[in-house]
Amino acid sequence: MFKNLASKIESWLDERFDLTPIRNLIYHKKVPVHRTSLWYYMGGVTLFLFIVQVLTGILLLMYYRPGEDSAYESVRFIVTQVKFGWLIRNVHSWSANLMIFFAFLHMFSVFFAKSYKKPRELTWVSGFILLVFSMAFGFSGYLLPWNELAFFATKVGTDIVGVLPVVGEELKIILRGGEEVTGATLSRFFGLHVAILPGIFTLFLVTHLVLIQRQGMHEPEHFKSLPEKEKKYIPFFPDFALKDALLWLIVLNVIIFLALYFPWELGLKADPFTSAPEGIRPEWYFVFMFQSLKLLPAHILFLEGELLGILFFIIAGIIWMFIPFLKLEKLPNKIDILKYFGIIVVIFIIVMTIWGYLS
Amino acid sequence: MKIERRQFLNTILGFGGIGALVAILYPVLSYLIPPKIAEAKVTSVKVGKASEFEQNSSKIIKFGRKPVLLIKKESGEFGAFSATCTHLDCIVQYRTDTKQIWCACHNGVYDLKGRNVSGPPPRPLEEFVVKTVNDEIIITTQTG
Repeated sequence: MFKNLASKIESWLDERFDLTPIRNLIYHKKVPVHRTSLWYYMGGVTLFLFIVQVLTGILLLMYYRPGEDSAYESVRFIVTQVKFGWLIRNVHSWSANLMIFFAFLHMFSVFFAKSYKKPRELTWVSGFILLVFSMAFGFSGYLLPWNELAFFATKVGTDIVGVLPVVGEELKIILRGGEEVTGATLSRFFGLHVAILPGIFTLFLVTHLVLIQRQGMHEPEHFKSLPEKEKKYIPFFPDFALKDALLWLIVLNVIIFLALYFPWELGLKADPFTSAPEGIRPEWYFVFMFQSLKLLPAHILFLEGELLGILFFIIAGIIWMFIPFLKLEKLPNKIDILKYFGIIVVIFIIVMTIWGYLS
Repeated sequence: MKIERRQFLNTILGFGGIGALVAILYPVLSYLIPPKIAEAKVTSVKVGKASEFEQNSSKIIKFGRKPVLLIKKESGEFGAFSATCTHLDCIVQYRTDTKQIWCACHNGVYDLKGRNVSGPPPRPLEEFVVKTVNDEIIITTQTG
């Protein structure tokens, strides 16, 4: 009966709006089946985690109160008094971390499969922008519980912006809402986290998804070179979507497990008049940058070490974003220079992250 | 050079458009830069009894809106420095074991004169003057 009703609604809409383009968009995509098909799921998992973020974020909003005197207290209230509040907050934190983790996995799998090549350049660019926004989400959300760790991480993070030439100092003041990290900073980060970023992020996310849906899945070289007969595909809808759904269910269970057994500590309330405690560290996905900055001496030639480090990461990020437009492949001996470049980037990130945690 | 009517109008419209954009962006940007809050300039702060302050210990004092680290050295001498690390704005602490000022964020180390000894800090900590009047500790800025 339900199916009948659904098809009635569909034909009612179809009669008025002609749903053919939408139907085509949904049904035309097919997914190649090969030995590296597993990587096709990473983007979907990231999307799922974003949905979890939106839903748990909305729930947290019901009780969270930004402000120097209320933020920490309201989060404590959520995790100690509100029924299942601890669960919602822990799922939000875990899912945020996993979302960034899967976004990185997704990005590097796309990089090494060379899926960013023509005609998918803009999908790569929009994806990279989404990653940057995800990190901004992480950075701004980290401060919201107004605890000691978050307070100092934000002090350092925003002070780094101040190192930039010309606009740095102004930008820092705009970010902080004043000279220091105070309740004003909290208000700004709150607005950024729950209004500005979600709005912009959704825009890029929709673009990203529409591009993928329009152009279909990328086929890696080893698959493309197969004879037509041996190429196996499954339809995206419903076959792949159902597999996606199964994986999402597994990921949800993993999050619940993590939230139950490895809850996030709230820590001590931020106090602008205490010394920074030992073990101050940003969230793990900033650690590789943090560690690199830490290793730089105070002065390199006539520049401040920090400034050089930050400029390096900004330039590296921009190059990475425009990788689809770089023409580097026509080298002698057919050496795949980009592949080695990618491997170096991955090793650099992993080594610096581990080093950051050990030191 | 003869300018077409359409071209002329487009140019005017273009300038109008830029003007409108500036008229919107300027207030928005100005709005985002927080106003400077006038504050009474603090030049000295009373901290407490010198005799009650233990040797080889420290305390963070509110000096207006800035944190100041007050240290009583093992010799009984006092020292006061801005507690804000010159590196990236973290708040430093006095280490009773190494008898140095240390920043936990990036492992910056200063000696008991506030000079940056090792780690990333680019400059020494700003020093404050400590006076003891009738056993009362008073911290003042260098300029008084």
